[in-house]
Amino acid sequence: MIISALISVWNVFKHLFKKRVTIQYPEERPYLAPRWRGRIILSRDPNGEERCVACYLCAVACPVDCISLQATEDEHGRRYPEWFRINFSRCIFCGLCEEACPTYAIQLTPDFEMCEYDRQNLVYEKEDLLIDGQGKYHGYNFYRVAGVAIGGKDKGESENEDAPIDLRSLLP
Amino acid sequence: MDIVFYIASAVAIICTVMVITRLNVVHALLYMIVALLSVALVFYTLGAPFVAALEVIIYAGAIMVLFVFVIMILNLGPQTSQQERLWLDGRIWVGPTILALILIAEVAYVLSTHSTPAYTITEISPRQVSTQMFGPYILGVELSSFLLLSAVVGAFHLGRRRQLYPEEIAVSAAAVEQNTSPQGDIQPEPQIQSDIHR
Amino acid sequence: MSETVLHLINVLGILIVVLSIAASLPWVERRLLGYLQDRYGPNRVGPFGVLQTVADAIKLFTKEDWIPPFADKPVFIIAPTVIMTTILTSFAVVPFSPGIGVIDLNIGLLFFLAMSSLGVYSVMLAGWSANNKYSLLGALRAAAQMLSYEVFMGLSLMGVVIISGTFNLRNIVLAQKNMWFCIPQIIGLIVFIIAALAETRRLPFDLTEAESELVAGYHIEYSGMKFGMFYIGEYVGVTLISSMIVTLFFGGWQGPFLPPIVWFIIKTFFFIGLFITLRASLPRPRFDQLMSYGWKVMLPLALLNLLVTGGIVLATGS
Repeated sequence: MIISALISVWNVFKHLFKKRVTIQYPEERPYLAPRWRGRIILSRDPNGEERCVACYLCAVACPVDCISLQATEDEHGRRYPEWFRINFSRCIFCGLCEEACPTYAIQLTPDFEMCEYDRQNLVYEKEDLLIDGQGKYHGYNFYRVAGVAIGGKDKGESENEDAPIDLRSLLP
Repeated sequence: MDIVFYIASAVAIICTVMVITRLNVVHALLYMIVALLSVALVFYTLGAPFVAALEVIIYAGAIMVLFVFVIMILNLGPQTSQQERLWLDGRIWVGPTILALILIAEVAYVLSTHSTPAYTITEISPRQVSTQMFGPYILGVELSSFLLLSAVVGAFHLGRRRQLYPEEIAVSAAAVEQNTSPQGDIQPEPQIQSDIHR
Repeated sequence: MSETVLHLINVLGILIVVLSIAASLPWVERRLLGYLQDRYGPNRVGPFGVLQTVADAIKLFTKEDWIPPFADKPVFIIAPTVIMTTILTSFAVVPFSPGIGVIDLNIGLLFFLAMSSLGVYSVMLAGWSANNKYSLLGALRAAAQMLSYEVFMGLSLMGVVIISGTFNLRNIVLAQKNMWFCIPQIIGLIVFIIAALAETRRLPFDLTEAESELVAGYHIEYSGMKFGMFYIGEYVGVTLISSMIVTLFFGGWQGPFLPPIVWFIIKTFFFIGLFITLRASLPRPRFDQLMSYGWKVMLPLALLNLLVTGGIVLATGS
């Protein structure tokens, strides 16, 4: 009994000379993978327009209900969120909103340093969330592949989309 | 050394009075501990350091701990101090007071008539104490060790989880079946225990 | 007059040094525990984090010193002072080096045992007066544990007393001129270290405050500097026990080349380190395991050691 205790004491003692596993955080940064699930952003498409079409799927998918938004349309019929709000004090960074998003608009980024002294400051509005770049998915433009008609793009003008069939015509 | 002696004795007397008059039992015990400590100091000033140390180790450090231990488990509430107040009231004081006064008078008489020799302090070392203990008083030491041994055996007997004999196990099992136990403390559990011990 | 002043300087110096060592021990312990667990420990406040204890002290002083309304107020306040008083008083008999030491008591060893037996009250009264069931459970455990480990802590030291023939700690150190008592009294040393761990309520024997079952045990209701007393008291206790081991078994201040006090401090810190390593490596036993281990293994071992030592000393007539 005492022998086994002494052996464990010796084994613990040997750890005195082993390498430390601690990463000295503020000076030494840990490696964060590109797919790290951190602060949530809203991205833009290559034309610089908002990707978000305000479909509410992210708000539905969110298990803690921290996302809220209001959809609206511009004069060309293009949907976008009037306001978009994420309460990061509730967010659990599960990434389900990103999976639910049909347009790659909402994305999680490798940034976790978002401390605030006031909890209210953790409620991010759309201007805080929206970035100028495309995020992780370059070159994707939802309205260029979707068959919706918006300003400057009529039906049948999307990529890989045939011209609309004239139902009144008898020709194939 | 005289002043130390008198201060220690005064503390001991005051603490003893407090022990009697406190209503809260734990407070009374605390005063008793202090009284024992001051008695230890009195022993020390009288040239018996070994006895003083033993007083602290055994009385203050072990026996009183057990007292406090028991009192702690009893969970005495305010109603007990109410009861104490009843006890400390009125005629109960009269008898002990008269007896104590008689004793004090006797002591005063003895001290006044017999001229006590001026006490000279001779320090008694632990070695002297032990040669006395294991020399002339060996019989007393052995007797007290017998007493302590029997106490240990008795405590062990009381504290041991009882092992049952086979016929008793049958009886208790039958009793459990009838759902009326002949003796409250017999449970089927010891059967498992005895199996383990075998 | 100068004699008195010298004595006063002696006393104050020992008090200040002991208290500052004890106050720095939380940092030492946390640092060492960190290293033993492949991490760094506190290293932010000041160089290498040495000012961590200062930060802790500021925190403790500025915290609200709360006395629960259901507590027994006088006892609640007295309890933390008892532990500091008993342990610091015990330091009076420790012979640090030939010139340094408060008193040269004839019954120094017994004095140490007496003071450590009074230390139980601090824990018991703290647990009882807080009027909290967890703290009461902690206090009950503390009483049982310390009372039973005290028994063979005393017995394990009697071998040393038999060999050296004195209770005076200074003479015990002098008696180890040729051979440290850790060699003839190896069993006594082992028993004493285990009993001392239980007596200071350090891990692995910290059943009195076992966080996982009793939350914090006896000092659950304490906050602010009253908690700080218990906290620092534990480290003063570790320092005391280490210096007692050094005095009784490892030749006290004796050693070649270096001045005596340096030897004493080196040896003491070795044992403090040992205690911290034990904390890092051993799990906490169950309470009945602790008690049966004490009474069924340690007590017979201590008695046997005492018997054999006495027999050998009688036979050789030394």
